[in-house]
Amino acid sequence: MSAGILIAILLAAPALAGFAAILVRSPRAAEALNLAASLVSFLCALPLPFLVASAGETFLGGYVAVDRAAAWVVLCTSIVYLLASIYAVGYMRLLGEDRRLHWFYALFAGFGLTTLAGPFMNNVGIYWIAIELTTLVSTFLVAFEHAAESMEAAWKYIMVVSAGISLALLGTVLFYWGGSFVLGPTYDMTWAALGGAAPKMNHAVVTLAYLLVLVGYGTKVGLAPMHSWLPDAHSESPAPVSAMLSGALLNTAMFGIFRFLGIAKAAGLGAFPELALVAFGTLSLLVGALFIVRQQGIKRLMAYSSIEHMGVVALGFGFGGPLGIAGALYHMLNHSLNKSLMFFGAGNVMRAYGTKEIGRIRGVLRHFPAQGLLWLAGAVAITGAPPFGLFLSELTIMRAGLKPSFAWAVYVMAALLIVIFIGFLNHFRAMYWDAEAAGDAPSRKTSAWSAVPMWLALAPLLVLGLWWPADLWSYLASVAQSMLPGVS
Amino acid sequence: MPIQHLDPLASSLFGLLAILSLLLAFVMLGSRWLKNYLYAFAAESWAIALLSAAIAYYGHYPELYLVAALTLLFRGLILPYLVWRIIQRLDVAREVRIILQPSSAMVIGAFFVMFALSVSYRIASDFHLELTIAVLALTVMLSMKLIGFLMLAVRHEAISQVLGLLVLENGIFLGSQILVPGMPLLIELVVLFDLLIVVACFGVLVRYLQAHVGTTSSLDLKRLTG
Repeated sequence: MSAGILIAILLAAPALAGFAAILVRSPRAAEALNLAASLVSFLCALPLPFLVASAGETFLGGYVAVDRAAAWVVLCTSIVYLLASIYAVGYMRLLGEDRRLHWFYALFAGFGLTTLAGPFMNNVGIYWIAIELTTLVSTFLVAFEHAAESMEAAWKYIMVVSAGISLALLGTVLFYWGGSFVLGPTYDMTWAALGGAAPKMNHAVVTLAYLLVLVGYGTKVGLAPMHSWLPDAHSESPAPVSAMLSGALLNTAMFGIFRFLGIAKAAGLGAFPELALVAFGTLSLLVGALFIVRQQGIKRLMAYSSIEHMGVVALGFGFGGPLGIAGALYHMLNHSLNKSLMFFGAGNVMRAYGTKEIGRIRGVLRHFPAQGLLWLAGAVAITGAPPFGLFLSELTIMRAGLKPSFAWAVYVMAALLIVIFIGFLNHFRAMYWDAEAAGDAPSRKTSAWSAVPMWLALAPLLVLGLWWPADLWSYLASVAQSMLPGVS
Repeated sequence: MPIQHLDPLASSLFGLLAILSLLLAFVMLGSRWLKNYLYAFAAESWAIALLSAAIAYYGHYPELYLVAALTLLFRGLILPYLVWRIIQRLDVAREVRIILQPSSAMVIGAFFVMFALSVSYRIASDFHLELTIAVLALTVMLSMKLIGFLMLAVRHEAISQVLGLLVLENGIFLGSQILVPGMPLLIELVVLFDLLIVVACFGVLVRYLQAHVGTTSSLDLKRLTG
């Protein structure tokens, strides 16, 4: 089957499921529709990286395009969408909101659709619209529980991200303006056209436009200091939505930064584009580390961990070279799997103990031996310990940075990762082995719906940590090559 | 239409409309009443619609007439109407607690314009465009951006924040009309529709805020910290 048909099915499935969910108005049918759509999307996304030639293909008059980087990001997204859809079945039934549940699944499928569609957008302006739409759809998912806290989180989310992303639009317009001196007043603003015109563009315009785009999409990625919406939105939304926000949405926005980084490098700005990204990445790690150590909310802990990991991905792209780019893309996949696992575990624990406060969650291992171990393994993995995938990808990114210009960033990164390792696992030590207060026993038993996606996330994580297939490596390295002509 | 060989009349007309929009952004900055913000925003949108039509006429971009008409319809009529409906439902007529006095805000806004001017001049001189409308377009675009952010920072009513966001977008739209009038029509149309959805979403969210939090002032949104 050709890549074009697969992309059509991949995007049609969540779109149809979303509309059907509104029409049927039955919570059980809506959850089945969404689950089926996510499964179809995943099955279509799985072979996509193998079908795409390294040069990429375009469809629909050049508005839709797929290359190896896009296929990879979409694969990460579709995995999270599938896992979150499985988990949502069990989790959302417990919320007791069956009356509105079809709306939840319609929005959830819409969220899946927009995050899956974003990387395929070949026109820079349309990509911006796709990212904007992800915000609008997910705002209502964040606000779904109608608690005062989730309203506040949703408001801050849409406000901060819309304002931030308008900077990306300004940057996009400036890029178009810069290109119009090379390509004439009217041209199709595709990634390839901008990249092709970049070497002849004016440096001042490209610098300004690149910084605006970096800050704009960086807001959406949650790079510090534009991260302020992220802990609120991630902690107050229902757990499956948190997983989607963290594992899928952040990657989709990071993909834009990746594309613009390629354009800025092609424009010949020297080391500046990478340096800017490395600076944001380091700052994100620092903010993540500081807030993880003293964190009191379990889901906020996971949210700050997302900021940290997006910082790591930014560092990987910033360090550059085949090692850096491949490491960062690999890290995206590992983080998507692992953060889904962590949010699912956090959701289960939150339901069981009826609180988000780490201080009131005690004796997890005694009450939930199997799931507790699973979650603990995930916690060890997310802090970058072997034998899990994140260890490999973080190590690769560090190796990429070991060159005179960025060695300082590698040392800072190593130190902060150690701080995060200690701080993060200390919370888990407290939750697992600290003495319990009397009368605090967790109530509800969790169903298979909530355990299965955790296993599904952990298994590949372990495999990817022990075995990085040579084909996968050459695939990711070819993405690096296609992005950086002539850069070692 | 190369920007260097623009008819002087056209150039001054574009300049006049751009300055008018900037002035209206200052009107928004200097007022405390939500209704005034709204009227200033609507007037600003009309100025931008006129600008689109003028560019269509002088620059021979017929498709910009459509953009002008839709700008007038969406930004000039439907958006203000939607926001007006939200204001009607709330019992808030003005910013109650002042974070920054309007006069101080306007002085800061003036500094922003000076900063934007120096940045624009620097960029335009790279293209040898420092004597053309491009400087003004860039200046207005960047300074409306900065003023919009200032409004987001010092205003706390939900409606003023939505309007601040719309000022951000207006600035980009205005600048792009002058700088890149040849930008494909599709993108401009999609951005226009997108804005409509944004405001509709904000409308729903403001209602939620009022119903479930009991306030529409961001000063009271301080449960989530750390």
